[in-house]
Amino acid sequence: LPWAKPKTKRAKRFLDNRASKLTENVKNAMIMKGGNTSMTVTQALKDIYALKKPSAVLYKKKNITRPFEDSTSLEFFSKKTDSSLFLFGSHNKKRPNNLIFGRLFDFHVLDMIELGIEKYNSLSDIKGSKCPEGTKPMLVFAGDAFDHENEHKRLKSLLTDFFRGPVVPSVRLAGLEHVLHFTALEGKIYMRSYRSLLKKSGCRTPRIELEEIGPSFDFILRRTHLASDDLYKTAHKQPKALKPKKKKNISHDTFGTKFGRLHMQKQDLAKLQTRKMKGLRKRRGPAAAAVVAGETSLKSTEVE
Amino acid sequence: MAACSIEDVLAKAEQDEAEKLKSITVQKELDLEFDIGNLVAYDKNRIDIRQFREQKKDDFLRSLARDNTQLLINEIWKHPTERVEEVIVVKLPEPTTALPREKPPPKPRPPTKWEEFAKLKGIQKKKKTNLVWDDVAKNELHRLRNIARAQKIKVPGVGLTPTAQQSTTDLSRAVNVAKVSTASAGKFQDRLPKEKAPRNTGKKRKFQPVIGNFSSEKQRQLDLLKVMDSKKPRLDVNKAVNKQMREDDREESAAKFRKGGKKGRKGGHFSGKGGGGKGKGGGKGKGGGGKGRAGGKGQGPPGGKKGAGKR
Repeated sequence: LPWAKPKTKRAKRFLDNRASKLTENVKNAMIMKGGNTSMTVTQALKDIYALKKPSAVLYKKKNITRPFEDSTSLEFFSKKTDSSLFLFGSHNKKRPNNLIFGRLFDFHVLDMIELGIEKYNSLSDIKGSKCPEGTKPMLVFAGDAFDHENEHKRLKSLLTDFFRGPVVPSVRLAGLEHVLHFTALEGKIYMRSYRSLLKKSGCRTPRIELEEIGPSFDFILRRTHLASDDLYKTAHKQPKALKPKKKKNISHDTFGTKFGRLHMQKQDLAKLQTRKMKGLRKRRGPAAAAVVAGETSLKSTEVE
Repeated sequence: MAACSIEDVLAKAEQDEAEKLKSITVQKELDLEFDIGNLVAYDKNRIDIRQFREQKKDDFLRSLARDNTQLLINEIWKHPTERVEEVIVVKLPEPTTALPREKPPPKPRPPTKWEEFAKLKGIQKKKKTNLVWDDVAKNELHRLRNIARAQKIKVPGVGLTPTAQQSTTDLSRAVNVAKVSTASAGKFQDRLPKEKAPRNTGKKRKFQPVIGNFSSEKQRQLDLLKVMDSKKPRLDVNKAVNKQMREDDREESAAKFRKGGKKGRKGGHFSGKGGGGKGKGGGKGKGGGGKGRAGGKGQGPPGGKKGAGKR
């Protein structure tokens, strides 16, 4: 980084926040326009910025670059704003209403997928109340293409990364309002955004009713630039410290029963304390003799 | 008749249950896969293209979305919930989809100047051991013994160095000793309401008044003369000799222990068993020696008493 070492504690904290950590921050997205844009594209970028707020930056000026050819300016911007996701919108005759979704690893381009907007309804077109800003959305991917096609699989991972928001340990049940639904069908990808209403259903789990809030897109998959396998693998490497520590003496069997191992010293089996059988104890004195006699007489009577 | 009605009741209950669940059940060919940590659901079922074309696209997509969301919500509701400040919150598990990191994992910091120096010199980090509570207060006892040995004064035995479990007698002895160890030898110490007076206080020797009972004084003087006249010796020679021998033995063994202990410390530890045996013998000797003197743990007052009685 070209800027100098921090001189104040505040600056140091700021740089430490941006440095590589064990558990990372929420991924920031930078949304920018290309050399030539249409109304659709600008509106679409604004809507996606609204979905991604507050972990997104929307650039107002046009950037005359072509991500698929030269990604240096993208990398520079990502370093400046500490963003690892980007959305680049452009429009030309060959590729009308073009959106490029991408992500970076270590400030270098990892994946880029180009989607063309065929049909678009913006937030303002669809009437009704919207979800509050910053709600963690539920994501649904439908269609077997997301499972079979390589490019669709990457797109699924990229869209999850883009829209999932901060990773939280718990979520307010009433706050599960926003749903983003992606359907892959016949080479097209349909993105719809709904507000979920939790209705009474007679049992604990509520019944869902959906209300479209928008934006809604009909995308068509265009060019892709996917990371090579080893770069992809390096990007997924988790630091060892995050792995949960294994407790050594614990094991699980197939039924899920938890077994533990105890290590004992050597025991003298002859001197183990087992159940106390009072009747078998040796008795001393005349009382003993009487009891024995009594027992033997009993036995003899039984035999008879 | 009763049997029929029971069956009816059960059937009705089942029907009711089914109706209740009807609103939230969704029929799908393949079950969905979930990643609840990220609130994601993956529906891998094939989409019927004809149905998609027949209906209006948006309506088809909307119903599909509703079904999938219902299944996702059902799955989320299966997870444990808790109440945090008047809000019901569901605890999410760890996310399962592997997503790439933003930046590479942090590298270990380069060693600091001190760490490098320490490595060079071979200095190891010494962990401070946790201090453990010593029930028997051995350290304190040994420290006092050392002080006594150094200053050649007697070791205070009575309850001042506390052992783990103290009996009533130990405690009472300790209390009495503490009472007496004031500037006026415990004469003005207050007693607790139900406390009994200590038994050994008062003058150790009582002298008769100068002018008292004349007849008793006369009798005493005559008895004294009689004893002086008698042929029988006042001193029991046997007893005296035995006592002297015992004392000599004790002193010998004490001296041996002292010599042995000093040797052991100077020469280091030769063998555990030998040293242990010596220690035991020495300990006994020391204990015996202690008895002779008015010292030793818990032996002080009875020893003192015995001595007074004999005299």
